[in-house]
Amino acid sequence: MEKQKPIIQLKGLGKQFKTANGTVTALDDINLEINSGEIFGIIGLSGAGKSTLVRCINYLELPTSGTVVFEDVSLAGKSEAVIRKARQSMGMIFQQFNLLAQRNVLQNVCFPMELIGTPKKEARKRAEELLAMVGLEDRMKAYPAQLSGGQKQRVAIARALATNPKVLLCDEATSALDPNTTKQILGLLKQINQELGVTVIVITHEMAVIEAICDRVAIIDQSHIAEVGSVSEIFSNPKTPIGRQLILGDAAKQVRLGTDRQLRIIFDGRESSEPVISNLVLACKVPVNIMHAETRDVGGKAMGQMMIQIPADETEANRVINYLKTTKITFEEVK
Amino acid sequence: MVWDAATLEMIKDGILETFLMVFGSSLISYLIGIPLGIILVVTDTDGIKPIPALQKVLGLVINLLRAVPFIIMLIMMLPVTRAIVGTTLGAKAVIPPLVAAAAPYIARMVESSFKEVDAGVIEAAQSMGATTWQIIWKVLLPESKPSLMVGAAISMTTILGYSTMAGFVGGGGLGTIAINYGYYRYQTDMMLVTVVILVIIVQIIQETWMKLAKVSDKRIR
Repeated sequence: MEKQKPIIQLKGLGKQFKTANGTVTALDDINLEINSGEIFGIIGLSGAGKSTLVRCINYLELPTSGTVVFEDVSLAGKSEAVIRKARQSMGMIFQQFNLLAQRNVLQNVCFPMELIGTPKKEARKRAEELLAMVGLEDRMKAYPAQLSGGQKQRVAIARALATNPKVLLCDEATSALDPNTTKQILGLLKQINQELGVTVIVITHEMAVIEAICDRVAIIDQSHIAEVGSVSEIFSNPKTPIGRQLILGDAAKQVRLGTDRQLRIIFDGRESSEPVISNLVLACKVPVNIMHAETRDVGGKAMGQMMIQIPADETEANRVINYLKTTKITFEEVK
Repeated sequence: MVWDAATLEMIKDGILETFLMVFGSSLISYLIGIPLGIILVVTDTDGIKPIPALQKVLGLVINLLRAVPFIIMLIMMLPVTRAIVGTTLGAKAVIPPLVAAAAPYIARMVESSFKEVDAGVIEAAQSMGATTWQIIWKVLLPESKPSLMVGAAISMTTILGYSTMAGFVGGGGLGTIAINYGYYRYQTDMMLVTVVILVIIVQIIQETWMKLAKVSDKRIR
């Protein structure tokens, strides 16, 4: 198989802000490679630096160290004209949509084409095509104030694609939307990725967004990249506390309640025919308490996780752990 | 007070002179005030083209001009007025001091209108590779249009108020009539008539701009 070619490389990227209270480091030594054609997720808690990171990719924020290499060209120290040109190849959508309130839908989509001097007729035709693609061909004369959140984001997506960008940066694009609309917008992003071959970079604080559409994910925590990998890899085997926290979500809080030992068991769909817990109880002759269980759609694969409480007694606990080891079920002890 | 043809003619001339002063100086003040307002916003530390030194100096000059009482401005500007208009009497001669007082005021009004434009929208334009000029022309100005119109209503009524003070230095317009007849000659009815006309003019200016602002604003509905 052909080796994946990176379209964007972040090399030693750092960003410091000077504030009244001294220097704040938002990003520190970020190294990432984003492959052409993939959907890449960047997840972190609020304040982790993910919004700054996405703005450094298209130099809306000037990195204070390191560089962004876009299509083999380093953007560090380049003139504004070169950066503007690069930005035209990177569409961007936002949590708050950021449509021009005094322009109607069609004029909004035409806006980036006006900036690069596309002839009016051609721009209009392209805008109409894009609006048909996002399912808004009947709202072309509407103003943003007349649209719902989901419709506004569709306009924003059409607008971001108007200049045929190679990359689409999504900054918390679904965070202001309800779950149903979120699903539709994520579906649209996936469709754009597959049909137009646009590389999509998704910034979010929600693991569900990553699981739904991303191929690979980077977890950012306290200005650093905590871990990077394929979504199913990270889901089944998070290596860092932050990774575990993001994947477990609310379940992590439930876990803290007990003082007993907890195990997190991961199912990747293969074990579904086998009654794992029943067999475990029968084989080990110990009671286990199920604290939390769920199944998620991770990149199209059904993956489940379960939190169980095992006896505090050392020998009984070891029996459970040994049983799980022999049956080759993925699990980890959660502290 | 006799309301003969000559008096009516004088009032009619007064109205026309007031219009000349207000519209003339508003137009010139906006031609100066809008670019100044743009510079104030764009060169601010968090603006799209930060030049803090320029922004600070400009802000200071504007504040200095705004601190000068208009009546003093009228006198201070006499040499400039003579140089530009050729005379220091009449309605036209009031326009230079009016502009000197109104342009800094308008610059601040325009600045505040531009600051209302959502920073996210400006960021979106930057993310598309817009130049500073394109952001000014295609984002800041069109997006703040309704707010600029509301500002125009406020600015023009303020200019109208200033223009009436011109009577003290031999300017023209309704304010001069009110001062010369109503104040110096104790003709209260004459003062009342001019004041009523001024109120009507304020009302027309205010309502017209507010209506235009509402019609042009696509955020409502």
